[in-house]
Amino acid sequence: MNVTATLIGQMLTFAVLVWFINRYLWDPMTRMMEDRRKRIADGLAAAERGKHEQELAERRAKEHIHEAKEKAAEIIAQAQRRANEMIEEAKEAARAEGERIKASANAEIDQEVNRAKQALRGQVVSLSVAGASRVLRREIDDKAHEELLKDLVAQI
Amino acid sequence: MSDPTVEAAGHHAAGAATDNPVAYIQHHLTNLCAGCDPVTHKPSGMLDFSVWSLDTLIFSVLLAGLLMLVSYKVGKSLDPDKPSGLQNLLEVILEFVEGQVKSIFMAESKIVGPMALTIFTWVFLMNTMDLLPVDLLPKVASWFGIEYLKVVPTTDLSTTFGLALSVFSLIIFFNIKFKGPVGYVKMFLFHPFQASNPFVKILLAPVNFTMTLIEELAKPFSLALRLFGNMFAGELIFLLIALLPWWIQWTLGGGWAIFHILVITLQAFIFMLLSTVYLSMAAQSHDDEHH
Repeated sequence: MNVTATLIGQMLTFAVLVWFINRYLWDPMTRMMEDRRKRIADGLAAAERGKHEQELAERRAKEHIHEAKEKAAEIIAQAQRRANEMIEEAKEAARAEGERIKASANAEIDQEVNRAKQALRGQVVSLSVAGASRVLRREIDDKAHEELLKDLVAQI
Repeated sequence: MSDPTVEAAGHHAAGAATDNPVAYIQHHLTNLCAGCDPVTHKPSGMLDFSVWSLDTLIFSVLLAGLLMLVSYKVGKSLDPDKPSGLQNLLEVILEFVEGQVKSIFMAESKIVGPMALTIFTWVFLMNTMDLLPVDLLPKVASWFGIEYLKVVPTTDLSTTFGLALSVFSLIIFFNIKFKGPVGYVKMFLFHPFQASNPFVKILLAPVNFTMTLIEELAKPFSLALRLFGNMFAGELIFLLIALLPWWIQWTLGGGWAIFHILVITLQAFIFMLLSTVYLSMAAQSHDDEHH
């Protein structure tokens, strides 16, 4: 229980230790902790801002979707209308085509009929000539009455 | 310290504790000294500045070195995002000390915080030496021919007074810095008893001077003696427990050691706290004396 020169040594050690701890621990660590406090505060503020921005973005996105839906509905309606129109047009075209085909067929039929009539007429003449020739074999010479017969054919 | 037979027995007491309890305890309370009496191994008086207690110096410097090493390593690789184990520990301690200092010490100072942290950690480490078994290090030292070894630096008045006087010089420095030299003198002359009458003032000055001087000197003494007393008493009780039969020692020794964990922490904390309080008192300018 004495105070010795150790006192001086302890005071020196203490002084050096205080200086050292201040220089290498207290100073950097308090600065680091202050930085960290600031960074956390900044981070929280940024998060708050981000949340706000996200809300805005969500609202905008909703608006966009709504708009898009409206537009799509409009486009679909237009397409439907157009399709209906196209169907109508096609029907019309088909009807016209049918009409045309029918008309041409009719014309052909008429032609055939005429042709048949022509042929029939020729056959009738030849038949009547044959008949008449059988009846009048002796009296009528083909060559002599050719002129007459031709005239007859034309008249039928 | 008086009986030569006890002293003589002390040299051989390390092995057989119960043979001569007084010698055993005295042997454990004797410093490894340089420049002291070669027979008694004691300094010549209460104040003897020709003597160095080598064990106190070695252990306190070693612990200071350990503290420096840890501080340097942690302080060099500070990671604000992923603090590692040791950094976490030091951050907790530093934040605790900083909180205490900020709530007590209102003035602006760069030294008080680091000083409080140093006192707390260093005194705590030196106190912790008390938890080592009392015979462990002295026994190891005796194998190397070192007869005396006192391992707890804070059971040495030189250490506690060294700390207290360092704080005390800072108290004087703060008094002069914040109050001014004139304010410091005024504090001695017109405090704690105040008077408005100039004649009474002069009459009270000697009384005030004595009172303030005692008040100021009591600060380092209370700091040093409180820490020394607590640690010395704790060490003594460990020594007394070591005198018991070996099979019963763990009950009392364990209990006292667990309680002592509280004591060593508390004493380190009290030393830090009171130093901060004294410094904060020194940093107050006495404007309230003219009311």
